Amino acid sequence: MGPHALLIDLVAMDRPPVSIPRAAAIVALTLLTLAGAGRSASAQVELSGSWAARNHEDGMERGPGPYAVDYTGLPINDDARAKALGYSASQLFMIERQCGLWPPVYLVLGPFGMKIWNETDAVSGETTAWKIGAWEDRATTTIWMDGRPHPSEHAVHERGGFTTGTWEGDMLVAYTTHMKAGVIRRNGVPSSDQATMTTYFIRNRDLVTVLAILEDPAYLTEPEVITKNFQLDSAPMRPIGPPCVPGYEGAGSDSVPHYLPGENPSIDELTTLYGIPRDAVLGGAHTLYPEYRKTLRDTYVRPEHCVRNCGGPPR
Amino acid sequence: MGRSVRTVRPLLHAVGVALMTLGASGVALAQVESGRGQAPPTPPLTPRASAPIDLTGDWVSVVTEDWRYRMVTPARGDYQSVPMTPEAVTLADAWDPAADEAAGNACKSYGAAAIMRVPGRLRVSWADDATLRLDTDAGSQTRLFRFSPDQATPGPPTWQGESTAQWELPRTGRGRAGGPPGEPPGGGSLRVVTTNMRGGYLRKNGVPYSDRATLTEYFNVVQHRNGDWWLVVTAVVEDPQYLRQPFSVSSHFRKQAGGAGWDPTPCSSTW
Repeated sequence: MGPHALLIDLVAMDRPPVSIPRAAAIVALTLLTLAGAGRSASAQVELSGSWAARNHEDGMERGPGPYAVDYTGLPINDDARAKALGYSASQLFMIERQCGLWPPVYLVLGPFGMKIWNETDAVSGETTAWKIGAWEDRATTTIWMDGRPHPSEHAVHERGGFTTGTWEGDMLVAYTTHMKAGVIRRNGVPSSDQATMTTYFIRNRDLVTVLAILEDPAYLTEPEVITKNFQLDSAPMRPIGPPCVPGYEGAGSDSVPHYLPGENPSIDELTTLYGIPRDAVLGGAHTLYPEYRKTLRDTYVRPEHCVRNCGGPPR
Repeated sequence: MGRSVRTVRPLLHAVGVALMTLGASGVALAQVESGRGQAPPTPPLTPRASAPIDLTGDWVSVVTEDWRYRMVTPARGDYQSVPMTPEAVTLADAWDPAADEAAGNACKSYGAAAIMRVPGRLRVSWADDATLRLDTDAGSQTRLFRFSPDQATPGPPTWQGESTAQWELPRTGRGRAGGPPGEPPGGGSLRVVTTNMRGGYLRKNGVPYSDRATLTEYFNVVQHRNGDWWLVVTAVVEDPQYLRQPFSVSSHFRKQAGGAGWDPTPCSSTW
């Protein structure tokens, strides 16, 4: 019997009167429950609102998109690397792939802000779900807060996955499973349908830092960790998203654009433009740690001037 | 009606009993929390004793973001995603690492506004009950986060500036993040504001910040489901001279069981 049932008991005047000890017990239990609930709720923080992205890191990655072969900073394995090198962005022209949408991790990979709101139970006021609004190329994320379990491992996988959330102190922790196979970088570095993502929403005053930790037994040798900052924005965001309407963009329907092994023409682009050694361009966990700088010291040649995608204000 | 009165009266009595019970328990709880009922007020806990999260230990940076700007020294003129003013661009275009080295300014890219982005290891410890100390092996720098502002020693700007710290607490939550396994984290963060910094580089290739810059940071810890502890540092640099808007980045570090890999190195302008 939940607290709502207790209240109904108390206001049902046409029922036989309850005994004083029982009534006292009921009332005390109700008040204690409410007091406890208040304490629990106050440890949480308000996340509702419009949050503008602060893209002062990974600017290329989030904005125009990464170079075709730039796997720097990714703890990928050989399978992921091979699949990524076979990817051609021309696949996105194919009608059947135009509306594929990016996976949930696009929240931190992409350039957009986030509009968050909560849905509440009409009687208790408790939050039943947090919603993160869609963008043109990412579906709405629903973070279920009502304690429901994740589906069976055999259940259908959706583009947006299935996400539940809990509060850990003042931090919202979301856990996503049942995603479709997708990418962890928009140049084709893959994620599998076995991947999971844990997302921590950390609010500090008017900033929210989202920490996303992806785990993928198929393609990652260790968790991929990404953070992104958002600033509370008084201008309301209007999330717009699917439905997506595909259209013919000139791609033929008789083949899937791709590169055969050893034929990706962009494999040395980062080396040519920025002097990054190929071993680093192709990623791997060993390239993520400070020790790797000792290797780079012997192999990296700094170009004298930046020649492409250099940023800075207009001149 | 009479039946209703008979029903309501015991209920009102019950409410009174319950409220008295609650009140008594509240008093009892307050007495327990204060130690004794009539004891003199205890002095406030020190910042160290009242820490809601545990930042101490050894942490390693895991460079998954801005890799090309952090793991190597980028080319002159590569300013991607930094909101620089035209004046800053002019200055950065004239970046001369050899001249910096010769002038004794090799630590320009290891100042407070940049050091958390430099790949390396952190060692966090309490210098005293009101000062948290953060050492970096990269550049062998030391930051002191002082919880008592009057401890600050005014003087000329330094690479690490003067940092004032305060705990930002959730309204409740008695757990202690970073504590023993199994203990639920209660949340909270460390807010650090740093001023009086000597002008330096946000990026190693001469992207400048001035001695008028202010750095605001939030330190949070997270325990992931696989048991790993992560330190997440959210930083905002405001500089009326060289930045068109606040520069906001977040950096993450994984906790290590010990000091493996600790490798103090001197500052370098070129590498």
